[in-house]
Amino acid sequence: MSTPILELKGLRKRFGALVVTDDVTLDVLSREIHAVIGPNGAGKTTLINEITGEVAPDAGTILFAGRDVTRLPVHARALMGLARSFQITQVLPDFSVLENVAIAAQAHRGSSFRFLANAAGEADLNERAMAALDQVGLTARARIAARVLSHGEKRQLEIAMLLVAEPKLLLLDEPMAGMGREETERMVDVLMQLKGRYPMMLVEHDMHAVFRLADRISVLVYGRVIASGPPNAVRADPSVREAYLGEEELV
Amino acid sequence: MADAALPKPLAAPAIWRRLWLPLAIFAALALVPLFFPGDRYVLTLVARAMILGIAALALDLVLGYGALVSFGHAAFIGIGGYAIGIAMEHGLVEGFVTIPLAIAAGALFALVTGAISLKTRGVYFIMITLAFGQMAFFTAQSLARYGGDDGLRMYGRTEFFGYRWLQNEVVFFYVVFALLVATFFLLRTIVNSRFGRVLRGAKENERRMRALGFDPFRYRLAAYVLSGAVCALAGALLANQTQFVAPAYMSWQRSGELIVMVVLGGMGTLTGPILGAAVIVLVEEALSRVWQHWKVIFGILVVLVALFAKGGIVHLIERRRG
Repeated sequence: MSTPILELKGLRKRFGALVVTDDVTLDVLSREIHAVIGPNGAGKTTLINEITGEVAPDAGTILFAGRDVTRLPVHARALMGLARSFQITQVLPDFSVLENVAIAAQAHRGSSFRFLANAAGEADLNERAMAALDQVGLTARARIAARVLSHGEKRQLEIAMLLVAEPKLLLLDEPMAGMGREETERMVDVLMQLKGRYPMMLVEHDMHAVFRLADRISVLVYGRVIASGPPNAVRADPSVREAYLGEEELV
Repeated sequence: MADAALPKPLAAPAIWRRLWLPLAIFAALALVPLFFPGDRYVLTLVARAMILGIAALALDLVLGYGALVSFGHAAFIGIGGYAIGIAMEHGLVEGFVTIPLAIAAGALFALVTGAISLKTRGVYFIMITLAFGQMAFFTAQSLARYGGDDGLRMYGRTEFFGYRWLQNEVVFFYVVFALLVATFFLLRTIVNSRFGRVLRGAKENERRMRALGFDPFRYRLAAYVLSGAVCALAGALLANQTQFVAPAYMSWQRSGELIVMVVLGGMGTLTGPILGAAVIVLVEEALSRVWQHWKVIFGILVVLVALFAKGGIVHLIERRRG
C-alpha cells in the first residue's frame, strides 16, 4: 500500500476560457481504489482522457509506473498496463463477445503483424479470454455478437477486455452509469472481487457504490480538487457539502 | 437467435456454407474455356473481368475491412501496367523480373501516398487519395518518352524463361484465373489472421482499439501497401492482355468504377468484389451493344442496389439460399 502506480502533478488544461483541469495533483496507490467524484461538468472525464493520452494537458506531468508518460500516445500507455473503460461503453459491436476479449489479449501477447495463422483459432488467446469472461460472469454469452448484449452486459464485457491484459491500473469512467439497481449491484460485486488485485481510479456518480468501494475519495469541482481523503473525512467536509448542495445527496 | 439450443454444426459443413459461393464461381470460371473453345472474344472478356476482380479484391481489403474509401486505386493499376510497358520499352520482357517489379512499384507508391493519406479520415481521406490518383494520371500523361497522352503500345506479352506462353489466350486465361483464386485465398487468410483482426477491429471502434494498445495507423498502412501491390499485379495483367497502357488506366472514373464493383458485389466479403467486377464488365459489354447511352441504365442499377440490397449481390444470393 505504499508506492503510487499513478501520480498526477500540477495538471492543467483549458478549453478556450474554460478551465477544465486546474492544478490537479493526486495519486493512486497500488492496491487501492481512489474514487474521483464531483458534479456534472467538473472535468472528471477530461481528467481521465488526460491520463490515457486522448487529451494533452497544457501543463503538469503524469507519472505511470514510475515513468513520465505525459507525452506518450494512447496506445503506448495502454501497452504499459493502463486500461480504461468508457462512460459510453466502447466495444467492437460486430465481433463476438469472445473475440472482443481475445483481441484485447492479443494486444499484449506477441506481435499482431502475423498474416497467416487464423486468429480465432489461437487457443492461448481464447482460453485467456474465457477466463476473463468468467471473472465478470459473461461466459454464457461468449459466442454472440457484442452488439446484442444489454447495456449492463456491455459494461461487464468492457471490464473483461481490461482484465485480460493484466493491467497495472484500471481507469473506470462511470461504470454504473445508466444501469438499473440490479445491474449496479452486480457491477459493485465484480469490482469488489477485483479490489486489492488491481489499483483503480473510479469516476462515479452513484454514491452508494463509491462509498462501498473507495479507499480514498477526491472531489473535483470546476476542475479543481477541493477535498481528498478517506470516505468519512470527505463526507464530513463542509466545502464538499456546499459543492453538492442541490446537486445530489451525499450518503 | 434461438439457435443456442441447437447442436453445434460440424466443421466441414460450416466451411462449405461459407465457401460454396466463391467455389461455385471459380468452378464456373474454370469451365469457360471448355464451353467456348477458341472463342477469343469470350476468353478476353472473362479474363478482363477476372483481372478487374483481382483489383476489386485488393480494394476490398482497405474499403471493406478497413472502412478506408480510397478514391485513387486506379493509380496502382496504372503503375503496374506502366511498369510492364516501360520495362518492355527498354527490352526487359522476362516476367520473373517485370511482374515483381510492377508489384514493387505499386507497393512503393502505396507506402508513400498511404503514409500521408492515412493521417486523415473520412472525406479528407477520399480527397487526398483522389489527389494522388490524379497526380499519377497527369504524370503518365506527361511521359512523352512513353507515349504521353496516347499511351504506350507493347509489341507482345510478358515472357517467362524466354517463352511467350502468355501469347496463347487459353494459357493467359488460366494464369489470370489461378492468380484470382490465389488472391482470394491469400486475402481470406489475411483477413482472418491477427493482422486482419486488428484491421477489422479498428474499423469497428478505433477509440477502443487505441485504448487496448493498438496503433491503427500501422495496420492500415500495411493493408494499404498490400492492396496497392495486388492492384499493381492486376495492372500488369491488364497491360499484358491489351498490350497497351495509357493514362486512362489511372483515371478517377476507373477508381470510382472499382469502388462500385466492391459495393455492388458486397463490401467486406471478398466474394462480392469478384461478382461485382464480373457483373460490371459483362453488363457494360451487353448494354453498350444495345444502347449507346447504356450508362443511364447502369446508374439506375447502382441506385437500386444501394437502396434495396445493402450488402450487395452476395447478400442477395446468400439470403435467398437461406
